[in-house]
Amino acid sequence: MTASTSDPIVRMERVNKHFGDLHVLKDIELAVKPGEVVVVIGASGSGKSTLIRCINGLEEFQQGHIEVDGNQLIPDGKSSKALQRIRTEVGMVFQQFNLFPHLSVLDNVTLAPMKVRGWSRADATETAERLLDRVGISDQASKYPSQLSGGQQQRVALARALAMEPRLMLFDEPTSALDPEMIGEVLDAMRELAREGMTMIIVTHEMGFAREVADRVIFIHRGEIVEEGPPKQVFDSPVNERTQSFLARVLKH
Amino acid sequence: MEVTFQFDWAAAFRSIPHLLPGIPWTLLISFGGLAIGFFIGIFFGLLRISPIRWLRWPAILYIEVFRGTPILVQVLFIFYGLPQLLGGPINALTAGIAAIAVNSGAYISEVVRGGVQSIERGQREAGLSLGLSRSQAFRYIIWPQAFRRMIPPLGNQGIISIKDTSLFSVIGVGELVRQGQIYIATTFTALEVYFMVALMYLVITWSLSIALRMLERKGLVGQ
Repeated sequence: MTASTSDPIVRMERVNKHFGDLHVLKDIELAVKPGEVVVVIGASGSGKSTLIRCINGLEEFQQGHIEVDGNQLIPDGKSSKALQRIRTEVGMVFQQFNLFPHLSVLDNVTLAPMKVRGWSRADATETAERLLDRVGISDQASKYPSQLSGGQQQRVALARALAMEPRLMLFDEPTSALDPEMIGEVLDAMRELAREGMTMIIVTHEMGFAREVADRVIFIHRGEIVEEGPPKQVFDSPVNERTQSFLARVLKH
Repeated sequence: MEVTFQFDWAAAFRSIPHLLPGIPWTLLISFGGLAIGFFIGIFFGLLRISPIRWLRWPAILYIEVFRGTPILVQVLFIFYGLPQLLGGPINALTAGIAAIAVNSGAYISEVVRGGVQSIERGQREAGLSLGLSRSQAFRYIIWPQAFRRMIPPLGNQGIISIKDTSLFSVIGVGELVRQGQIYIATTFTALEVYFMVALMYLVITWSLSIALRMLERKGLVGQ
């Protein structure tokens, strides 16, 4: 292994975000190494979604600095070239799937590789079919998103992000909008991705899943990282009082 | 002297060949004007939602001025007023098309704005997160969806503009109402002729409604 591959793929340094009077992110320090799976937990409104949305520039921040795969993001969104490169290398899966309703499943997956990477339709289609097969949707490629179940839609969204061959995947509460019986199929697909060595930052409320796949768990409270460590440590013997009371609340159910 | 209160169907039918020459003019003014108005509407509608404030400003001004003044005044201004400014006459057909264009353009601007703003934020975010540029996200993701939602209000505007052309009889362009007026001047059959004129408008607007409904149904695939 060369030195560069073990360098962090994401590095956040003293990142602060304000929204009016609200201090949404406070001095966030985070480094994620290639192949690492980091799970971010915390109460709703704690800033965990905002944190990962800063990494691909869907949210601006006011102070600090973010580096993704060698590209620098500076405060107030004034780095559009770097931002474009980052977004090309970083995939994202959203809570509400955000599939394109006017495009077929196949076209959802081939759009970005063709328009951004400049692939031919044949190449993009071949990749899309392979990915759809991998997430178990190959027989639905010609359907439209509205004709699929929530779990299927989210797996298409995963295939769509993977089609860009990202170096890092961000997941923003990928199972929160799903019916309980469909959560498993999405988590399975993510589990497989983690096994293959994809670098992943996952915001989730699925504590069992977090314990199983995470290399590291980060607990955020009111915009601050108050605890982080291997899942065993964070879940079984949390040091911070906030983490203890949060886990007591979510694990009781 | 005998006074008849009866509707004279024969007179109504006799007027048809005299009214028909008005239809091409009505269609030309409405659809010519609407076609230009559509592009004006896209232009100012997008300016209206620009993130840059000084670009929004001219759009707001344009929309308020042409939505806030009567189309009759607009066409009189163009036909009688503008020549004084330009130093040469403007023909009635051009004036009519221009009036429909600037008037419908103001309303279509708002239709475009509403359509684009109705697309969920997540659609744009999904596109950007895949590496699409802002203009690619607009072109491939937002616009196709927004356009489908714009079809019903665009249809409304089309029907309104077709009917608005009837006002242009005042500048002497030979559209439907004008042809009716000319014919009535020699036959004095106002009841029957205006009835037929109304019927012809109805046929035109109805055809448009049906065409739009078909277009909408086709566009529903995948929604």
